[in-house]
Amino acid sequence: MIPEVSIQSLALSRGGRQLFSRLILRLSPGEAVALTGRNGAGKTSLLRAIAGLIAPDEGQIAFGGVEPAEAREAMHLLGHLDGLKSSRTARDELSFWTGFAGGAGDAPEVAAARLDLLPLLDLEVRRLSAGQRRRLALARLLAAPRPLWLLDEPLSPLDAEWRGRFGKIMGEHLASGGMILAAVHDPLPLNARTVEIGR
Amino acid sequence: MSRVRALLARETALAWGKGGGPLVAVGFYAGVATLLPLAVGSEPERLAAVAPGAAWVALALAALLSLDRLFERDFEDGSLDLLTLSPVPLEIICAVKCLAQWLATGLPLALAAPVAAIALGASPQLSGLVIACAVLGGLAFSFMGGIGAALSLGARRGGLLTAVIVLPMFVPPVIFGGGALASLDSGLPWKAGFALLGAYTAAAVALGPLAMAAACRNALS
Repeated sequence: MIPEVSIQSLALSRGGRQLFSRLILRLSPGEAVALTGRNGAGKTSLLRAIAGLIAPDEGQIAFGGVEPAEAREAMHLLGHLDGLKSSRTARDELSFWTGFAGGAGDAPEVAAARLDLLPLLDLEVRRLSAGQRRRLALARLLAAPRPLWLLDEPLSPLDAEWRGRFGKIMGEHLASGGMILAAVHDPLPLNARTVEIGR
Repeated sequence: MSRVRALLARETALAWGKGGGPLVAVGFYAGVATLLPLAVGSEPERLAAVAPGAAWVALALAALLSLDRLFERDFEDGSLDLLTLSPVPLEIICAVKCLAQWLATGLPLALAAPVAAIALGASPQLSGLVIACAVLGGLAFSFMGGIGAALSLGARRGGLLTAVIVLPMFVPPVIFGGGALASLDSGLPWKAGFALLGAYTAAAVALGPLAMAAACRNALS
């Protein structure tokens, strides 16, 4: 749906302070980019700007001729704010967000099985551990396929085993022509180009 | 369309779960109907005179209490980010949230309003109009209140700010609805006040979502 992401001489500022300027980045299908940089360098802001939530000071974010509004329906944004309501069951939340992102049928169950969430689906989200909660948020990416994944610290609450398994899932996404842009502090468990933000 | 329906179901369930529903509405009015005689004195004539108006003020306050966190929770937990990444326009999302809020809190309150009014000594023949006014007025409170809730997003002490923004916008429906009730009570024509209340509600439902969406976009950026 999106042929590429191309960022031209982008400048972003938050709260009157410029985070970075003249950023150039290009992402093609099958490619993963790991965004690194110190705390506050603007990794999260860059992901939010690509998702259309922040307007850049300068420069362009283009999606290979696709209109930004349309491109937004082809991307998943996953941050530490996962949109999961603690009073609802994991099943309700997963099927709601899957449906809202355009997934259908038994996709939520299939994705939950892939992430070993089936025994947890009837629990309230508040009962899940941080890692389980992150897996529930990740299940949405599998249940509603969209080509561009914008991931903000996707690995941080996951244990070593799940980091490896999620690396495999990301590899499959890339193999099927997907694109991944991930803000990370630890290296991604797959081959990814590294781009340092700021300074 | 199915997305809008799913969102409405989720929002209604959430609003119901955090202090909506008929029991809370009745309990709220029971509290008001108990406090009021203690505050203004228990002479039946005096209570009967203020009863319809008291039900109105209670409705406005209840709307205010439930609106406080209408957008704040979604803003804090990232839901608002994700909701904007869908083909559903943000205006529709805001309208659905207000509608769900009204279904879970405003509607039960409206249906319980005549009970409180009659308990305070209002004439039972007012009941029909009390319900009609409370239904329309509650809808206006939800949509106008949503603007205040969206504008105060991200502010510390957002609840108090919401009240300051929203209460002036609650004045017209209270005047129109209260006027209609007072007119009917004293045998005067009441339809003009009721029609104005309907017009105000229609304007709130039509224009409120535009303002809410703009305020949400501003808070997210």
